[in-house]
Amino acid sequence: MTQDPEERQREASASGEGAVPSTRDGQVQTQALEARGQKASGERKPIFGLENVGVAYGGVPAVREVDLPIYQNEITALIGPSGCGKSTLIRCLNRMNDLIPAATVTGKVNYHGQDLYGSDIDPVQVRKRIGMVFQKPNPFPKSIYDNIAFGPRVLGQKGDMDEIVESALRRGALWDEVKDRLKTNAFGMSGGQQQRLCIARALATDPDVILMDEPCSALDPISTGRIEDLMLELRENYSIVIVTHNMQQAARVSNMTAFFTVELDEDEKHRTGRVVEYDDTEKVFTNPSDERTEAYVTGKVG
Amino acid sequence: MSVAEAGIARRTVERASSGQKVKDLLFRAALLLSLGVGFLALGVLLVDVAADGASSLSWDFITNFPSRISPERSGVQSALVGTLLLMVTTAVFIVPVGVASAIYLEEYADRDRWWNRLIEVNIQNLAAVPSVVYGILGLAFIVRAPLSLGTVVLAGSLTLGLLVLPVVIVVGREAIRAVPSSIREGSLALGATHWQTIWKQTLPGALPGIATGVILALSRAIGETAPLLVIGAALFTRFNPNDITSDQFTALPLTILRFVTDADAEFKALGAAAILVLLAILVVMNAGAVYLRNRYEQKW
Repeated sequence: MTQDPEERQREASASGEGAVPSTRDGQVQTQALEARGQKASGERKPIFGLENVGVAYGGVPAVREVDLPIYQNEITALIGPSGCGKSTLIRCLNRMNDLIPAATVTGKVNYHGQDLYGSDIDPVQVRKRIGMVFQKPNPFPKSIYDNIAFGPRVLGQKGDMDEIVESALRRGALWDEVKDRLKTNAFGMSGGQQQRLCIARALATDPDVILMDEPCSALDPISTGRIEDLMLELRENYSIVIVTHNMQQAARVSNMTAFFTVELDEDEKHRTGRVVEYDDTEKVFTNPSDERTEAYVTGKVG
Repeated sequence: MSVAEAGIARRTVERASSGQKVKDLLFRAALLLSLGVGFLALGVLLVDVAADGASSLSWDFITNFPSRISPERSGVQSALVGTLLLMVTTAVFIVPVGVASAIYLEEYADRDRWWNRLIEVNIQNLAAVPSVVYGILGLAFIVRAPLSLGTVVLAGSLTLGLLVLPVVIVVGREAIRAVPSSIREGSLALGATHWQTIWKQTLPGALPGIATGVILALSRAIGETAPLLVIGAALFTRFNPNDITSDQFTALPLTILRFVTDADAEFKALGAAAILVLLAILVVMNAGAVYLRNRYEQKW
């Protein structure tokens, strides 16, 4: 981050507080900046409010009745067995589920009080504010430099591109390793470097939230450790939601943990995910209130 | 059976019966034979054509215009120029139209809509329509009203273009589909629009495949004779077309037809020489396709 939150807040205010923003993007952005500025007060501020969210694929519910607040400048972990709908749910937060025609989202996903599935919301604008890192590193078949510059370029960001790239790579803890080979193809990097490149790429567009869908599942423990350190650093300036199968990871990095489970429906045909417990990570792992959570986090099942 | 015998039976691996081995060998031989038939036919054709035509090949043969009376002063310049013009204008027509169609079908078309399924089935069927039918289409709609272009290079290109368009669309779709969805997702997740993602990620990734498809489509178009005959292109001309919209034109396959159907054996030999010229162009184009594929193909 080149600017601290307060400074951003001042800028946001200076650019017309109370005035009607000219674009939807402007509105989302201004609200995001205002919210970020309030972090100084020390209170937990929800950035997302999920109200009775459910996702169905072709009418078959994959996950349902999810009610959770997700807090700002915290790492929120979604854990649970395979097929419990964690990845499906995280993809609601930046409307990636829109890409699957058969998927329908019910309930409300509030982002800074704005319903992300409201009729006047453009999913492209949502994704500008809410970045995503995927399970398998997916660098573009371009140079390291162009991978980072892609986002700022398509969003029409002004400024010195070299600076933007360097800043993003520094925030992604990758700069020192790649500064001498920015023009080489990103496919030549190791898996862990590729994943940090994907994180840096997401940071280059200066999002508000970063969603991570099992970001370390394809990486060795050393690369995983680096990415976890990076997440803890990024928490200062961003809000992070992470889906993980690695419970130690959730315990190490997250502030809040949501435990999902799979339930068979009445006629025992479809499996649907549900949130069993959502609480401070420490409580979920040391003193869970639901026995299913306890069985899972202690390794008795799953 | 004693316990010991049963134990041995469980431990030993059964030997393959000799009957199965023979079957296996026979099957392999049949496969090789099929391959051999194809290769042999091609080889015989090449040797035969080369034997007949090689002696007539010379620089003069390339640069002279065809002659009705003297085989020794006859050449294929007008046919070569006609064919090259046809290929260039056909490419200019099929690349944008074919790629745009492929993008629509892969990226925008909703498979659940009946009209999109209809378009898809139609394109597959169009690839199987005999080329002479495209000639009739070209004659009826392009040479005559409503387009009324006359028998000119542009009319020939549009006709050939329609003929090979299904090939470009099918290959283009495959190339677009080969770009992994993780690349699209990565781009969209950064806030790129659908169009930016297509233009800056999907298309560059699919380009080598699309280029290969275009070259293969053109190598089919270059040998087509029937549609050009139907739209009224000349069997040979003693001049090059000045531009693509006014003059009568000819093309290599037509001039080959003219030569080989001549009663004079010397003209028949010229036909073989012209076939060698056409084959040379085809080899160059296909080599280009192979090169593009190997050089630029993206390993995901």
